[in-house]
Amino acid sequence: MSSADWMALTTTLKLSAVTTIVLLILGTPIAWWLARTKNKVSVVVEAVVALPLVLPPTVLGFYMLVALGPNGPIGGTLESLGLHHLAFTFTGLVLASTLYSLPFMVQPLKDAFAAVGDRMIEVAATLRARPWDRFFSVVVPLSRRGFLTAITLTFAHTVGEFGVVLMVGGNIPGETRVLSIAIYDHAEAMDYASAHLLAGGLLVASFLLLFTVYLLNRRYTVVHP
Amino acid sequence: MSILARFKLDYANFSLDVDLDLPGRGVTALFGPSGSGKTTLLRAVAGLEHAPGGTLSINGDVWQDAATFRPTHQRPLGYVFQEASLFPHLDVRANLEFGQKRVPQAQRRVSLDQAVAMLDIGHLLGRKPARLSGGERQRVSIARALATSPRLLLMDEPLAALDFALKQEILPYLERLHDELDIPVLYVSHAPDEVARLADHIVVMEGGRAVASGPLTDTLARLDLPIRLGDDAGVVLDAVVAARDAEWHLAHMKFAGGRLWVRDHGLPVGHRARVRILARDVSLARAPTTGTSILNTLPAVVVDSVDDAHPALTLVKLRVGESPLLARLTRRSAHALELAPGLVVYVQIKAVALIG
Repeated sequence: MSSADWMALTTTLKLSAVTTIVLLILGTPIAWWLARTKNKVSVVVEAVVALPLVLPPTVLGFYMLVALGPNGPIGGTLESLGLHHLAFTFTGLVLASTLYSLPFMVQPLKDAFAAVGDRMIEVAATLRARPWDRFFSVVVPLSRRGFLTAITLTFAHTVGEFGVVLMVGGNIPGETRVLSIAIYDHAEAMDYASAHLLAGGLLVASFLLLFTVYLLNRRYTVVHP
Repeated sequence: MSILARFKLDYANFSLDVDLDLPGRGVTALFGPSGSGKTTLLRAVAGLEHAPGGTLSINGDVWQDAATFRPTHQRPLGYVFQEASLFPHLDVRANLEFGQKRVPQAQRRVSLDQAVAMLDIGHLLGRKPARLSGGERQRVSIARALATSPRLLLMDEPLAALDFALKQEILPYLERLHDELDIPVLYVSHAPDEVARLADHIVVMEGGRAVASGPLTDTLARLDLPIRLGDDAGVVLDAVVAARDAEWHLAHMKFAGGRLWVRDHGLPVGHRARVRILARDVSLARAPTTGTSILNTLPAVVVDSVDDAHPALTLVKLRVGESPLLARLTRRSAHALELAPGLVVYVQIKAVALIG
């Protein structure tokens, strides 16, 4: 593997890890709210969260590019504050990936939180646990399958993204050039050997990752009384 | 020493409206059919149901009034749900410790060992809830509530999900709590036999309201309630084993009003126990009868009578010494006997159940 490919691999892993962490922090409260609320607005929020599942990545990438660019609402504001806009930057890529992978974090967590139910939380309250305490000592452990699934899917989905990255990130080595783009480049340049190496590696790694998760989830099955 | 609770809650198709002054010790049964508001009341006491405008004080400690609403986790209570609701991800020991370790050291009065010993679950500590039987789970859940040293124990039909054999397994433990711990208990139940066995005080709920509240014996003997109790109408009397007849395997129970023969359950002389006499098992005669298979015949005075739910029946309240008694007769019999308040009759009791 060339040093450029190694760099693309590092960028990919870094992007996926950062995106997953950001989404874990952002997605958990959204999923909790969606699982518990009786507010009708939640249906709208749910639909918005699910949008990235059906939109072509280029649509999302296009809007993100516009928003993050020097004349967009986000990029423009940053420019007026004397900062740099976010198009074709790693930060911009993280923002775009966060939106793009949002449903992969929120949906499994929402289902897991809903499955925990009110009773266990009430029991914890009668045993003196404060609200945060109840969340971390009862809800989180009872939702660990959901967390495992959400984290894995988010990470794997970010590793596999192409369209959004191409639109928002471009192809800057060490900054925004990820594996999927490296494979595209190799194929364009008729370097099938390098493309095979990366594509095959990604295929095997993704399979192993998912296989491990489903294996763990089976072992984690919580038997409800 | 009392529990004062006033709650008003309005839902779409149900409302709760109670104003209760309950004893601050012993077991108070919240009794009534399903949908009568028992569980809602219990949840309001626990703070699980937010009842704005309600007031609640437990032996002088205000949990809720116009200015305060202590959330559930700040109320020193133990709550036992109908299904044991153990945390499935924790073993029995960790379930027991969950509540206890969240109670400040200075407020702990029941040790984990005590709770474990009282419910006899020492051999289960290392097990996960999924590996317990239904009865074991409920015992662990009671111990878990006790281990928080509650000042009030709330039990929501803790036996309803169990079959008859498991109920018999748990009941002695509940009686033990009653006898050994000085924690007031609110016990929700729709099973008259549990109430008769465990309660000192009873609140009868109907349609979200408390239609009666008082000491068990007096309240069960009220003529306006038995109609609601149907076949379960009857009285519960406190008694003590006065003698045992080894030849016929009978025990002679002494109560405030006389003595009764019951089947000998092996209780020693001097042991206190309750007896339950159902109204349908009591018949009346104007003169003492001979040549009958009935063992228990006692003189009594007619106090009052009312029409029963069925037009053929009437309920008669009597007094045997100081104890009340109910008899369910046909109106035709009552007419033939010329029953009237003050009349002396002989009650023939077909069956006496010794409980606890």
